Parts: sequence; C-alpha cells; structure tokens
Amino acid sequence: MNFFFEVLIGGLLSGVMYALVALGFVMIYKASGVFNFAQGAMVYLAALSVVGCMEKGAPLWLAIILAFAIMTAFGIATEKFVLRKLVNQPPIALFMATIGLAFFIEGLAPMIFGSEPRALDIGIVDEPIAWFLDEWNMVISKFDLVAAAVASVLVATLALFFQYTRVGRALRAVADDHQAALSIGIPLQNIWAIVWGVAGFVALVAGMMWGARNGVQFALTFTALKALPVLILGGFTSVPGAIVGGLIIGASEKLAEIYIPPVMQDLFGGNFGGIEGWFPYVLALLFLLVRPEGLFGEKHIDRV
Amino acid sequence: MIKSIKPALTAVALSVAMLSQGAVAAEEQFFPIPGYRVGPYGANGQSFYGGFIDYLTYVNLKEKGVNGVTLTHEECETEYNNAKGVECYERLKSKAAKSAGPIHTMSTGISYALIDKSAQDKLPLAMMGYGRTDAVDGSVFPYAFPLVTTYQMQASAIVKFIKEKNGGNLAGKKIVYLYHDSAYGKEAIIAMEAEASLNKFQLVQIPVAHPGNEQGAQWLKIRQEKPDFVVFWGWGVMNQTALKAAQKVGYPRDKMIGSWWTGSEEDVVPAGDAAKGYMAATWNVAGKDVPVIADIEKVVYGAGKGNLQDKSKIGTILYNRGVSAAVLSVEAIRKGQEKYGKGKALNGEQTRWALENLDITDARLKAIGATNLLPQIKTSCDNHEGSGKVKIQQWDGAKWVPVSDWIEGNKALIHPLFQASAKQYAKEKGITPRDCSKEK
Repeated sequence: MNFFFEVLIGGLLSGVMYALVALGFVMIYKASGVFNFAQGAMVYLAALSVVGCMEKGAPLWLAIILAFAIMTAFGIATEKFVLRKLVNQPPIALFMATIGLAFFIEGLAPMIFGSEPRALDIGIVDEPIAWFLDEWNMVISKFDLVAAAVASVLVATLALFFQYTRVGRALRAVADDHQAALSIGIPLQNIWAIVWGVAGFVALVAGMMWGARNGVQFALTFTALKALPVLILGGFTSVPGAIVGGLIIGASEKLAEIYIPPVMQDLFGGNFGGIEGWFPYVLALLFLLVRPEGLFGEKHIDRV
Repeated sequence: MIKSIKPALTAVALSVAMLSQGAVAAEEQFFPIPGYRVGPYGANGQSFYGGFIDYLTYVNLKEKGVNGVTLTHEECETEYNNAKGVECYERLKSKAAKSAGPIHTMSTGISYALIDKSAQDKLPLAMMGYGRTDAVDGSVFPYAFPLVTTYQMQASAIVKFIKEKNGGNLAGKKIVYLYHDSAYGKEAIIAMEAEASLNKFQLVQIPVAHPGNEQGAQWLKIRQEKPDFVVFWGWGVMNQTALKAAQKVGYPRDKMIGSWWTGSEEDVVPAGDAAKGYMAATWNVAGKDVPVIADIEKVVYGAGKGNLQDKSKIGTILYNRGVSAAVLSVEAIRKGQEKYGKGKALNGEQTRWALENLDITDARLKAIGATNLLPQIKTSCDNHEGSGKVKIQQWDGAKWVPVSDWIEGNKALIHPLFQASAKQYAKEKGITPRDCSKEK
C-alpha cells in the first residue's frame, strides 16, 4: 500500500509539471480561441534564453529578467507580424500560423543560443526529502514540491487576473468574438500582445522547471505532448482546469504504468511496459465521449 | 597578322587542353555525407561530422590525400529524419557513381531505409555501432557494415564487465534492463536474455515510452526491485532524465551502465552532479591526448580549415567518434588502392571490397597516431563487425575516464543470433547468400 501511495503522490507531482505547460495553451486559447501549436517551442525558447544569457555572464536573476524581456518582445512581434493580419480569419488560419511559428522558433532559437543540451541550475536539488524517506519510506522530491508551489502561485495569479482585472475581462471578450470586441472599443492588438507576453511568461516558468529537471535541450518542445491530454481533460479555457487535468493525467499514467503491464503480461505474455506514452491520450479520448468541453471548459451553445 | 595569331591560338588551345586533362587526371575520392547538424539531435551530428570532415581535411593537408587522391565530400542535411535521409541519399548517389567512400548516416532508422537501395546501387553503408545489426553476416548483406560493434555485442560486453566486477559470478544477481521503447532499445533484449540464461542472473525489463522525459514510475519500480545493476539503453533526453530520476530515488549512478548512445558529454552535462559516477560503453575514447586528435587541431585548425565553429568540441566523445569513423573509412580507401591501383579513386563496389578486407592492427593505429582511439579491427565476408569490442568509461563530473580495457562481447553466444536473423531475412527477400569461403 505504501508503494501505491508513493506512485500516486509521484504522479500527482508530475502532473503539476504537465499543468505548467498546459497553462500556456490555456492563456492563448482564452484570448483568441486558437490552439497555439508553438507553445512547446516557446517553452524551449524561454529556457534557452535563460541559459544563453547565463553563458554570457548574467547571474540567474538577471538572466530570468532578460529571458522575460525576450519572451515579451517575441509576443509583441508575433502580434504585429503574424496575428494582426489574421483578425477575423477562421480559427484554422490562426492555428496554421502557430504551426509556422513553432518551426520558426525551433530553427531560430538554437541558431542564436546553440543547440547543445545544457544544465540549468536554479538552486533546487532533485533529491528525496529525508523525513518522508525515514518516516514513511517514500520518495518525495524537494524539486517536485517546489514545482507544485510555483504552479499554485501561478494559477492563483492568473485566475485573479482573468476574473478581476479590466484586461482580464477584455481578454475574455476578445476570445468570444473578435469583431464584437473591436466594435465596443477593446483594443484587440494590445490585448493580443499582452496575452502573448503573459503566455511567454508562463512558458518561461515551465521552461525553467522542465529545463532544471531534464536539461535545456530541443526535447523541451516535446513537453507540449504531455500537455495535450491535460487540456482535453481540464478544458481549453480553464486555468484551474489545467491544474486538475494535470493532476488526473499525472497520477493515472503513473499508476497505469506500474499496475497494468503485469496484468497484461499474465493474460497475453510478452512485455507491455511503456504505456504512459499513450495511456493519457486514451483516457482523454474516453473523457471526450462523456464531456466534450472538458471538466471545467465552457459549454458552447450555438443558436440557429 | 593572321599568321602570327594562329600559332598563339594553337598554343592557348593546347594549354587549355593539357590543363583540363590535368584536372581530369587529378583523382578525387568522394565521400557522400547524409548527416545532421540541426533538429533535435543536431548537437550530436555537429561534433561527429565535424570530426569526420576534419580528418579528411587532415589527410589532404598532411599527406596530400591517399596516395595523391584528394578526399572530397558533400553534406546533405537529414535532420535525423528517415524520409529526408533517403532524399539526401538519392541526391548524393549520382555524384557517388564514379567514386564513393563509405556512407555514414549516424541513424539506425535511415540505415534501415537504405539497406536495400544501397545494395542495388552498389554503394557501401557504414553503420558503426548501430544500424541493422544482423548485417554482421556479409553473405546476406554485402553492402552493409555494422563496423566495430553492435548493440548485441555491446550488451554482452557490458554483462562481461559487470561479471568481472562481481568476481566472475552473476548467479542470483538482478539486473534491470531500462530501455527506450523503440527498435533501438529492443535490439539488445535478445542478447540480454541470452546472457541472463547463460549467467543465471535475473533480468527485469523496463521500457520507457518515447521521448523519455518522464520516468517517475519506472524509477519507483527500480527502487522496489532493488537491482544490483541497471543496464541502460537510452536516447536523447531520456538519458538526462534517467540520471536525474536515479538521483531522486537514491539509486547509485556507479551501478548504472549505458550503451554508447548514452555516453557522450551531451548526455551527462545537462544532468549536472546527478551524472557523477555513471558509466557507459564506448567504442572510441575521448580526450586530446590521442596524437592524431592533437595533430588535427594543430594542422587543420592551424591552417584555418577546421570544420567546427566551436573548437571546444575537439576531443569530446562524439568528435573523436567522427574522427574514428573517418580513420576507418580512409584506411578502407588505402586498402582498396592496394588492390585496385595506388593513386586511383575507388568506386562503391571497390570500397565495399576494401571494407570487407580491413585489417587495422594496433601497429597500424600507432602509425597513424590513433593508438587506443578505437580497437583493432579485422573484417571478412562473414564478419562485417570486425571487432565487437568496447571500453567502459566513467563520468567524473568533468570528463569521461576509461575504467576498463577493450572488452569483447561473447561472440560464440551472440554471432549465431545474427546469422539466424540474416538467414531469415534472406529467405523473406529471396536472397541467395554468398559463399564466404570463396570470397577474398
């Protein structure tokens, strides 16, 4: 039973890491109704900017500020050169633009900062907490707990921002209908620049946590793959949904990886491990059948 | 006037004709390179192909080529993508019609895609330490060369190393085989199972789904299993993630031994202190103290003709691996010239013969300044691997340090597996295997 809880807690904490990436998707989707294919690439660019600045001699705090500046500039440039021309175009056009953006970042970022994998030391060691190990014989990592705390603060801040600020309300209006928002005087360009800047900040936080955990390298773009089932489960428009979805996906994939293969092996023979690559997607698809808008997603009703 | 111009024109025409004849006579040995320097694994390709091309330049500068034949090359970017790899091969093959060195793709997937094509086009495919490993049997795969070592022989050598560390006995021990859940990761399972049965140790297989950036469950399972050793077949981000996860669950890194795809600086540096003590197999050593590596830096970079933008890569595992691959390729050209004529470029068919008749002894390695850079190698029709040896190296936090001599895998156990697999392939494809006793 102890082992079960160890796997469960480990899974929940991994889920928080997935949620960090998923939050970036939610930001863009909430403000423009577009699935941002480039979010994984933005995570990579943000982490690479931090290590790139550190290699040039900047201390960590300055590197973070500089990376944030880079991500903000990137957000503004995206609005000016890519999105501005696509106002009122079908969502698929915006989606295609983000695909192009992803390839652009994946080529440009290593050209500027170099492509070799690098370590990112943010001062938190990924080691088990001695007390849990001694008292409960459980491996709970300090790093994972810090990541959970960071995600909680981020979610609370973003939820308050969307709910209670003028900009937050404007963001939601823009997401509902570009043209209607423009007609009542909401400055669409500014709103999109802000939201891409905030999404860049979320990517920076996710990039730093994932980069510190596994190294800063091209594979950071793959973190987006972990966020997709989280979004399907939690809903594309809900900030708390990203967290809850992350927790469910993280815990279920870890439990599945441990407990399903032995059963399959007994039944069919052979080796059935490595299922956590596809299990979350199956879970998300099953969930779609029951609740297409996700756990916390907004129900979309069209009147005809 | 016309009379005076005529002889002058004749002289000019003659000189041009002689010059162009001279240009034709200057032999060039062409190396087609479908490689990768961008994309997810671009960093690996930069060091490897940088080392490869630097050695070709070195031979040109130092000896004016091989017996006067200048070594030339052309790169085509594959991005480690199978479709692009095939596209590059098709683009380069017309240029390789007259003369062709071995083709190094540094990709198992691209190698698989090219096995049949390269045999049809009579262009030799080198797959050093990777690729379709049953191509060790040259009677079925005349144009494919998994030179130096294969995944299976490497796994066997790792088991041998562990066994020696355990006083020559592994009975009752438990070894976890943690692998990338792909064709690459699964290749060595057959060897690990054969070794487990022979040495009576318990083998626990744990796959990791691609890309392997999340391994929490696998390492909690390893913690529960309490293995004596973890044999590790990782790739890309999976390597750093495994080292960090091992640290997280408190598994000692000096009980983890990886394949050569897990043993470069790029694999351990991003993991920081978590990588200290970790071991990996390698078929070439790192460092600048190998004479040829130091000389390349002096001669090639001294002349401003180095291929790398970042000179700090010189002497890294992957750079030295690129040099090792070029050493074998150039030695094959030398060998071929002994048979087909000194000072003449070799075509693909002739290079194939040369690769199948390599005999690079320690004395030869010493003569070219590559002592201990790679093991001795002697190939034949029925052994396209030619060595089967690896060293085990350990990461001390700053550099790789060899902790063993060259270790050969259990050939008697492993090679019959290749032969059986090659036989099956020949049956499926309707290939009549060559009679190796008649090949020389």
